[in-house]
Amino acid sequence: MAKFTPTLAEIRFGSGLSPTLPSVESTQQMLARLTGPDLNADSFPIETFTDFRERMIRKQDLTKARRKLRGKPEGQELLKQVKLEQQAARIEWSRWTGRALMRRAWGRDGFRERLVGFWADHFTAQGKRGLLRRATAPYVEDSIRPHITGTFADLVVAATTAPLMLHYLDQQLSTGPNSDKAARRGPKAGLNENLAREVLELHTLGVDGPYTQGDVRELAELFTGMIYTPKQGFKFQKDMAEPGAETVLGVSYGGGKPNIADIRAALVDLANHPATARHIAQKLAVHFVSDTPDPALVDALAARFQDTGGDLLQVYTALLDHPAAWQPALQNVKPPFDFLASAFRALQPPADFFDSADEKTMKQVAASQLTRMGQPWERPTGPDGWPEEDAAWITPQGLAARMHWAMVIPSRMLDPLPDPRDFVAAALGDYAPEPLLFSARAAENRREGVGLVLASPAFQRR
Amino acid sequence: MTEFLNRRAFLARSAVLGCSLAASPLLTPVSFAAAPWDNRLVVIILRGAMDGLDVVRPYGDRDFAGHRPGALRGLGDGPDGAQDLDGFFALHPALSPLLPLWARGQVGFVHAVSTPYRDKRSHFDGQDLLEAGTVDMAAGAGRDGWLNRMLQHVPGVEAETAYAIGHDEMLLMKGRAQVADWSPDVGLRLSPQAVRLAEMVMHDDPLFRDAFAEAMLLSGTDAQGGMAAEPMQMQDMMPAATDMSAMTPMTGGDMQGGGMDAATTAGHTPAEIARAKGNQPHHKIAAFAGKKLRGDTRIASFSLNGWDTHQGQDRSMDQALGRLSDTILTLRDSMGGPAWGKTTIVAMTEFGRTARWNGSGGTDHGTAGAMLLAGGALKGGRVLGDWPGLAEADLYARRDLMPTRDVRAHAAWLMRGLFGLDQALLERAIFPGLDMGGNPGLLL
Repeated sequence: MAKFTPTLAEIRFGSGLSPTLPSVESTQQMLARLTGPDLNADSFPIETFTDFRERMIRKQDLTKARRKLRGKPEGQELLKQVKLEQQAARIEWSRWTGRALMRRAWGRDGFRERLVGFWADHFTAQGKRGLLRRATAPYVEDSIRPHITGTFADLVVAATTAPLMLHYLDQQLSTGPNSDKAARRGPKAGLNENLAREVLELHTLGVDGPYTQGDVRELAELFTGMIYTPKQGFKFQKDMAEPGAETVLGVSYGGGKPNIADIRAALVDLANHPATARHIAQKLAVHFVSDTPDPALVDALAARFQDTGGDLLQVYTALLDHPAAWQPALQNVKPPFDFLASAFRALQPPADFFDSADEKTMKQVAASQLTRMGQPWERPTGPDGWPEEDAAWITPQGLAARMHWAMVIPSRMLDPLPDPRDFVAAALGDYAPEPLLFSARAAENRREGVGLVLASPAFQRR
Repeated sequence: MTEFLNRRAFLARSAVLGCSLAASPLLTPVSFAAAPWDNRLVVIILRGAMDGLDVVRPYGDRDFAGHRPGALRGLGDGPDGAQDLDGFFALHPALSPLLPLWARGQVGFVHAVSTPYRDKRSHFDGQDLLEAGTVDMAAGAGRDGWLNRMLQHVPGVEAETAYAIGHDEMLLMKGRAQVADWSPDVGLRLSPQAVRLAEMVMHDDPLFRDAFAEAMLLSGTDAQGGMAAEPMQMQDMMPAATDMSAMTPMTGGDMQGGGMDAATTAGHTPAEIARAKGNQPHHKIAAFAGKKLRGDTRIASFSLNGWDTHQGQDRSMDQALGRLSDTILTLRDSMGGPAWGKTTIVAMTEFGRTARWNGSGGTDHGTAGAMLLAGGALKGGRVLGDWPGLAEADLYARRDLMPTRDVRAHAAWLMRGLFGLDQALLERAIFPGLDMGGNPGLLL
C-alpha cells in the first residue's frame, strides 16, 4: 500500500526538494508545523491588508486635498505625490510576489504555503482599479492565511467579509431595494447579485449544488449592508441593508434589525452544508493529488469534513492519512507559480534577492514570465481562479514559456549555476528518470543542463 | 549557437533523429499544402457575458428607455453618441469605428439569441456550453468543442489549418482534429543539442512530448514570418544574441498598406493610433491571426475578456468594445483584401445581461444577448433576429431579454454556407440536438 515518504511529501504537498533544507519526517510533523508559529511569514514579510489600508487613506487624503487646489502649483505637487503612492504600491507588489516565492524556496513548512495558495485561489479576489489592484497579497495575508487550520466556516466568513472581496464581487454598492438609502437615492441604488452568486456557486455549494436563482436573490438581499472604507475596513452599513427576513435554501435569516450576525449565520450554514463538504473534498483531492482523484479519497475527505463540522486540520489529516494521496507516480502538473516556486527551492537564489532587486529585474524574473506561462499573477480572468487540469498549462506556448524561463532566468539569479549532475540529484532525488540523468550529463553547458532538469516532466509534475 | 528552428530544418532533423517524435501526430503524414477550401472563419468568444442590449440598443422598443434610463443620451448627436442603425436599433458609440464596415455590409448583428443554457447563469457553465455546442453538459458533452467537431468532418485539415490563439483555454477548439495552439508573445530558442535532449526528456510523457513538438514547429514558423515585439526585452538576457531581423514587429509592414483606408483616416483617434502601434495583447493576437489567415490557415479562434459589467458599465463597455472593434479592424488590415473577402468573423458570448440596470450602474447575469458578425464574405448591414419586446411580461423570468433563437443556428448556417456542410451533420454531430430552422442568409 502506498505510503508517506519524505521526498514525495516535499514534492506533492510542498514545493519540492531543496539541496540544503531537510525534508519533513512524517505526516504528524507536517500537521504539527501547520499549527506552530508561522516562521515562513516571519522570515519573508508581506504587508497585511490593515497596513495596506494606510496607503489607501494617504492616497484618499491627497486626492481630496488636491481637488481643492486644482489648477494651482500646490495641486500639481499633490498630484505628483498621488502618483508616487501608486508607484510605491506597484513596486511593493513585485516584492511581495517575490517574497511569496521565497517563503516556498526557504521555508521548512511547505504544506502551509501550498494550503494558503489553494485557499487564496478558492477565494479568488482582486482589485479592479486604483491601489486595490496591488492588494491581493495583503488580502491573503489577513483574510486567508491565519484561517487555514480553523473551521471552513471561519474561512468563508473571513473571505466573504474581506474588503477586497466586497470590492471584487461588487458587494460594495449593492443596496437593498427597500432600504433607507434606496429610498433617498431612488432607482439609482439597487441590488447587485455578484457576490451572493459566487458564494453559492464557487465558495460553498458548488455549481451543481441545490440552489436556485431565488436563493441567489435572497442571499444578495441578505448581504446588503456589507461594505468597507479605507479608514475602518469592513463595515456593516445599516441604511443599505434590505429590511425583513430572507430565505436561503429554505432557512429564514434576519427579520429584526439588520445585523451582520444574520449574514454570518447564513454563511456558516452554507459552509456546513453537505454539498459544500463534497465540493471542497473534490477540489482538495484534485488540487493535491490528481485531476481524476480516487473517489474513495474524495469520500473520505467529505466524510471527515461533515463529521467534524468542517474542521480543516481534520480534513488535511484525512488527506495525509489516505493511501491514495501517496501513490508514488507523480501526477499533477505544477501551475506556473508553483513551478517557479519549486525552481527557486531547487536553485536557492539568495534569500534577499527580491529585497535588493529593482522593479524591472523582479518582473523579468517572475511576473512577466508567469504571464507568458499563462498565469498573469493575481489576475485570473474570473472568480473561479486558475484551472487545475494539466492540459490547461502544458500547451505548446505554456511549455515554451516554461522552457524559456528554465534556460534563461536561473543564470540571472545565480553565479555560478550548479553542476547539472548535482542539480538533478538535489532537485529530484530518486524521482529523476534515467533519460534526465543522461541529459544532465550530456548538455553542452551548465545553463542548458540546469534548464533541461527544470523543464523536464519529472520536475514539472508532483 | 542558439537559433530559431524553421519548419523545414525541424522536419529534416526529426527525420534524422527518427525516434522520439515519430509518434507525434504532427509528424506522421505532414504536408503543408493549402487547405482544399478557401473560405475563412474566425470565432471570437466574448468571455464574461456581453450586454447585447447595450451594444445594439433597441431604442425603438417603447420599454427600453424605462429599463435603461440614460442609455439613449446622445442618440443622433453625431459621432460621440449612439449611432442609429436601422430606425429601431442603435449602436453603442464605442463601436463607431465599425460603421464604415456596416455601411458596406461587412458588419451585422443578431439579437435576442442564446445558447440552450438557462437559469443558473454561471459564466463558467455558460461558456462551457457555448463552446461544447451541446444542449446540456450531460455525459459525453464538453470533451470536445463544436469548432473542433466541424474540423473532424472536413477533408484536408493540416497542421496550420486551424489555430487557437492566445493564453486562454479554448474548449471550442479542443478535440480529435488537429488544431495549432499558439500565442504570439512566446519565444523559444534552444541549441540543437538542447532540442535533442529535451525530446529525450519529454519522450515518455505524452502531454509534454506533444506540446514540445508543436512548440518547436510553431516557434520555428514564427521566426520565418516575424515575431511579436515583446520578446525583444529578453534580448539582454540571452547569452548569445539571436537574429534580430527575425523579431521585427509584424504589424509594421502590414498596417501601412490596408491599415487606414479613406473611410478611417480623417483625423486619427487614439484608438486608431493604438491600433497602428498594435502593442496590446488583442492587437497582437488579431495581427497574428490575420497573418495566418492570409496564408494557409482557414479557422482561427481566440477570446476577448472584460464583459462582466456588474458596475460602472459605461466605462468598462467602452474599453471592451474598443478592444472588439480594434480586433476586427486589425484582422481586416493584417489579412489584406483577397483573404478578407472570403472571411466571416463571429463574436459570441455565454449569455446576455439583465434588461434593467442594477443598483451599481451595471447589469447582472441574464439570458439572451447579441452576436456580432463581420467580414468581407458577410451579407451584413442588418440586425437580424426575432425581437421579443421588453415589456415586463415579454422578459425571460421577468428580468432578462427573452431568447427567440438558438445562437448555434447561426453558427451552423455559417458553416453550411462557408464549408458546404450537410445540414443533418450539423444538427446531429456538430451541434447535437439543434434545429437549424430557416436559413437567415448570412453570407453574400
